[in-house]
Amino acid sequence: MNQPLSIPDLGANAVDVDIRNVDLSYGANHVLKGINLHIRPGEFFAFLGPSGCGKTTLLRLIAGFNQADGGEVLVGGRDVSQLPPWKRDVGMVFQSYALWPHMTVKRNVAFGLEERKVPRAEIDRRVAAALELVGLAHLADRRPSQLSGGQQQRVAVARTIAIEPKVLLLDEPLSNLDAKMRVQVRRELRDLQQRLGLTTIFVTHDQEEANTICDRIAVMNDGIVQQVGTPMELYEKPANLFVANFLGTANILPGRVVREGGERFFDIDGGVRLPIPANVVVPEGAKLVFRPQHASLGRDGAGDVLLPGTVVHSEFLGSTLRYGVRIGAAEVSIDTPFHSGESLRQPGSPVEIGLSLRSALWLAA
Amino acid sequence: MAGATTAGRAHAPSASSRHFLKLSATPGQVALALGIAVFLVLFLVIPVGTVIYVAFTEKGTGEFTLVNFLDFARTDLFIRSFWNSVYVSAMSVVLASVFALPLAYITTRFEFRGAMLIQTLGFLPLIMPPFVGAVAMLLLFGRNGTVNLLLDEWFGIKIPFMEGLNGVIFVQAVHYFPFILINLSAALRNIDRAMEEAAQNLGSSGFRLFRRIVFPLAMPGYIAGASLVFVKVFDDLATPLLLNVKDMLAPQAYLRVTSIGIADPMGYVISVVLICMSILAMWISARAMRGKDYATVQRGGGGLAKRRMRPWESVLAYATVLLILLLVLAPHIGLLLLSFATIWSFSPLPDAYTLAHYGRVFGESFVYVKNTLVYASIAGLIDVVLGTAIAYLVLRTKLIGREWLDWAATAALAIPGVVLGIGYLRTFYGVQLPDGTPLAALWIMIVLALAIRRLPYALRACYAALQQISVSLEEAAENLGATKVRTVRRVVLPLMAGGILAGFVTSFATAAVELSATLMLVQSNADAPLAYGLYVFMQSPAGRGPGAALGVIAVLLVALCTFASHLIIEKSQKAKAAGH
Repeated sequence: MNQPLSIPDLGANAVDVDIRNVDLSYGANHVLKGINLHIRPGEFFAFLGPSGCGKTTLLRLIAGFNQADGGEVLVGGRDVSQLPPWKRDVGMVFQSYALWPHMTVKRNVAFGLEERKVPRAEIDRRVAAALELVGLAHLADRRPSQLSGGQQQRVAVARTIAIEPKVLLLDEPLSNLDAKMRVQVRRELRDLQQRLGLTTIFVTHDQEEANTICDRIAVMNDGIVQQVGTPMELYEKPANLFVANFLGTANILPGRVVREGGERFFDIDGGVRLPIPANVVVPEGAKLVFRPQHASLGRDGAGDVLLPGTVVHSEFLGSTLRYGVRIGAAEVSIDTPFHSGESLRQPGSPVEIGLSLRSALWLAA
Repeated sequence: MAGATTAGRAHAPSASSRHFLKLSATPGQVALALGIAVFLVLFLVIPVGTVIYVAFTEKGTGEFTLVNFLDFARTDLFIRSFWNSVYVSAMSVVLASVFALPLAYITTRFEFRGAMLIQTLGFLPLIMPPFVGAVAMLLLFGRNGTVNLLLDEWFGIKIPFMEGLNGVIFVQAVHYFPFILINLSAALRNIDRAMEEAAQNLGSSGFRLFRRIVFPLAMPGYIAGASLVFVKVFDDLATPLLLNVKDMLAPQAYLRVTSIGIADPMGYVISVVLICMSILAMWISARAMRGKDYATVQRGGGGLAKRRMRPWESVLAYATVLLILLLVLAPHIGLLLLSFATIWSFSPLPDAYTLAHYGRVFGESFVYVKNTLVYASIAGLIDVVLGTAIAYLVLRTKLIGREWLDWAATAALAIPGVVLGIGYLRTFYGVQLPDGTPLAALWIMIVLALAIRRLPYALRACYAALQQISVSLEEAAENLGATKVRTVRRVVLPLMAGGILAGFVTSFATAAVELSATLMLVQSNADAPLAYGLYVFMQSPAGRGPGAALGVIAVLLVALCTFASHLIIEKSQKAKAAGH
């Protein structure tokens, strides 16, 4: 115990994870449909999507708990598809933590090393180092049931990194914590991952979690990867309506494209017509999408187009005012900064929405 | 059973919803509590107290003494009986575990066709008194039974399955192994799948995974079942008696009282020893369970992952399961054969078949069936009424001392049937009706003894049922103008119906085949229940045919009632689920 505790230097050997054409069905239920993903060495990567999208199934497939019908998973260039879970060296932190109640914290953390027949002295050293890393060295002899939710979560992390896995898998690790703990723990996780430099995959349905701690995100829906990118790319340049909707609030105006005299226009359902800028590509069946803060009440910038509408409801949110405005057949949300002394416009009052077409998008489903 | 261990975790009604209630209870509730208390004191506390009192007092003078216990310790027969009982109980646990472990493991861990069937068949031994099976087992496994005759013919060997204590162990293990199967299966099913997956993820697999994770997590369930088996075997007197094993403790208590008389103190001393052993086993079980509430299933959990078996694993598993099932169903099969057999002796199978035994049973012995139906129904009824009332008083009122009712009723678990029987005899024999009949000779005493014996199980069922009902449902009824009594009648009882019925069936089914207390209390054949009639029949070789026929009827009767109630409960649960 007197020798300095070393943090395992996993970053130097960080490996990539390559998922190729992975397909999985449960009976008639096609859960994963031809998934292709490349996770870079040392990257903090998220699988983000609503429940039932296949994200947890994909994670469990990497860990070996699900068997793919087709395709392969490569960890550090080695195909692990045919290996059982206990030979994969991918550490997983379970949503429920899965700490064994009949063992102390120390025994829990030592488990994986014992299974690997590591010498006793080294087990003690590595267990101490792992617990030190998560700041729980003083609770080594407690039972899991004597720990708080946040502490249990950290034990689960320590237990997993003690075996120095090639890849760290986190299955909704924050979902069993209260809101305040969640913010703290996600920073700790990010910090830990940065220090270890360990390739990490994080499954969540919470876009804020994914945005705040991940380098890149794969947005999933219906067993398909919808888009891969950094949080900002996904927010600013969503590839389709699902991604736009899932990350942040999006206003969606249905309509159709019409051509008149060599120019293109977008007829919003309900009668309003907008010009489509010349360089914009509009996919088949697209809808007009914009964020609440990209529109204003009245003209805000020179390039804005004006859409007539009616206030349906209004909310005071502190720094901003949020209006629900009916445009044609659709209803959109508009956020405007709150200026001191300003009063809310009442439902029923007619307004004009100023929309910057440069920040608006035409997206198909 | 399993319920008894989990129901202890009471959901105390949340303070916020209860604090406005008056601390004292209504006069009706007080009267109800007093009534229950009087019943428990009269028919449980006083008889058992009398037994303990007699054990510690000098015969004739009534002075306190330990001489009786010294006599017990100095008598070779008793000491030998004691160790025989310990040995037989312990070995029965071991053998029952050998039957239960593979069944529990295979059905909960693998995708196994017929898992449900096995879990259901596993219950079958419980609905037949062990001593009934004992006779069938003699014919199948005895020195000149089917198996040994065949072994002798093929290999020239005989295996002493049924010789002396072996026979008791074998019969008891076959009969009581479902207690271990049920508890262990439940424990295995309650382990969160992630517990196992986490171990695999960290590099563990196969037998090491089982030994280090699965088995420790299932241990409390196993201990609960094992200690129950131990107590049941230790207290059983009919099986050893029927197999002609007399040097065990429970048979000794019975023999002393019936042969030497109810004034002889040794029967009482043995009773106290029996009670102590029961309490000891329960204490061990409670200790094993304490702080180890390993029911770890969380949302998204759902028990251990079931794996598909490889072909050779399948073959092995089916062979194992088939062998065990054949073994544990042997008493039933043997009984059925015996009930149709003309003569079955020194031959692997009966010589010829006949319906005469059934004819005889339906003719002259139908009174046993009738008595059993009457006794078991009344006992079951008493149990659910008391159980519901106690559960209500404990969970829904602030009556001072209400827990005492619960404890007293549950304490009956620790009282072996033979002890209760002796207590009733001693206590109520001196009390006489105006016409001179002693109170202890009335058939209603048998019913009361059965009711007291089965009360703990019915109570736990009612308790669990009431716990599941949100207090706010009752508060809503009261808020809309219903009085306490009407709320109970219109809201609480209908919602508890399933649990009450389950309690009734448990009481009914087990009371119908109970013998240990009854054996002491039956005064005439006209008042005897089925189990007693079976016992009388089975004692003579000539009576075995009709006895077996009666046994088959008893098994069918209990099975039918259990199955019917199962259907009713399932139906009511479906109706409830649909209402949500």
